[in-house]
Amino acid sequence: MATPSLNAIIEAMLFVADSPMTVDRLSELLPEYERAAIRIALQELRDDYQARHAGIHLVEVAGGWQLRTWPELMPYLSRLVKGKPPRFSPSALETLAIVAYRQPITRQEVEYLRGVDTGAVLKSLLEKRLIRILGKKDIPGRPIIYGTTREFLEIFNLNDLKGLPTLREMQALDEVPVFEVQEELPLKTDNP
Amino acid sequence: MPPTADSSSSLFEGSSSAYSVKLDTFEGPLDLLLHLIRKNELDIYDIPIALITKQYLEYLSFLKELNLEVAGDFLVMASTLLQIKSRMLLPNPEPEEGEGEQEEDPRAELVRRLLDYQRYKEAGQHLGERELLGREVFARRITDPDLLPVASEEGQLELDLFELAEAFRSLLARVPTARVHEVIGFESVSIADAINEILSLLQEREMLAFDELFSLDDSRERLIVNFLALLELCRLKMSKVLQNSDCGIIYIYPAVAIETADGVRGGDTLS
Repeated sequence: MATPSLNAIIEAMLFVADSPMTVDRLSELLPEYERAAIRIALQELRDDYQARHAGIHLVEVAGGWQLRTWPELMPYLSRLVKGKPPRFSPSALETLAIVAYRQPITRQEVEYLRGVDTGAVLKSLLEKRLIRILGKKDIPGRPIIYGTTREFLEIFNLNDLKGLPTLREMQALDEVPVFEVQEELPLKTDNP
Repeated sequence: MPPTADSSSSLFEGSSSAYSVKLDTFEGPLDLLLHLIRKNELDIYDIPIALITKQYLEYLSFLKELNLEVAGDFLVMASTLLQIKSRMLLPNPEPEEGEGEQEEDPRAELVRRLLDYQRYKEAGQHLGERELLGREVFARRITDPDLLPVASEEGQLELDLFELAEAFRSLLARVPTARVHEVIGFESVSIADAINEILSLLQEREMLAFDELFSLDDSRERLIVNFLALLELCRLKMSKVLQNSDCGIIYIYPAVAIETADGVRGGDTLS
């Protein structure tokens, strides 16, 4: 290799990096290249992997770019990878969904939506770094407000919160027809 | 459709048999209500509240029979249901003059909550079905800290209060609790003293590692004073607490040296 191509440089960096690389970070590391060129290189790399049907692909996740394996290869990789895969209880997922869609949100608001005490679930989500404390709400009592973290995006394979599926209006619980089709909720709901 | 008596009695299969109890677990009272509505094929917008309340209370007493503790949240919902039921019995007051608004159906709020709950329950299920990192898809994970790529200055993470408190908690856990004897008359350090001490240290050196601030030989009281001083400095925006990477070393910087251009994260910490 006489002069390495930008694609090769970026590919190597993505290979060595252990978390998603943002375009910001790449252009900081590669001041001799234009930002636009870096963007193009990333897209070319992504298409390369795609065209080759490679075992890994380049995905945009948590606002950055990361090499990840194809989901179809999971059965083989689970032979290789030690450790338990992440597991989430229904209550953890429910709570996480509420925080993700309604952030910033207080514990009281989560509990109203779920109808149950959620202190322990929130604590364990905090410990798993899937949610974080954003601050305090400016209302009497100054309750803590929560939001999701970058780790949440990384683990749940999301590029940003806009990548969350739109909340569906509830379907008929069984075959009971719904009275009227309401508009889909926008992602960012009524944040106070 | 009017539910038959049969559908309510067969609601909890196996409740008569001591050995074959098949019990759905419910995440909470709303989950249970949704289950009852679905089971009876009811229209959620027109819930026969008497029937639902009856079945709901049956379920609670069923739990009691099994000697399971009924969580307070279930009882709160029971009283809500009873309240709605009694309000439904009251005659609708004549709409007052000038206020053309009709009184809301007593069930309306419950219906809204049920619909909301159903939505988020579904959203949670969808989250769980995603291709999760570490479950369906994998990425490189470098565990040897020496091999970790360098973090950029901007790549440093600001800590939130929770992480800082967690760091302090694990530090306190390392401090031996029982001292055989206390040194009598040791000088106690005020928070103001500790603040000055940290500030002068920060002036000498551009940054301080979290652990440097807390020597394990210090008394618990001293450690706590130092920690409170650190929190106070953050509150006064005189210092910043940053972390190299996830679970990396925590550093304390004087706030002036740090650009506050990063407004998104800047306001989040310890404010």
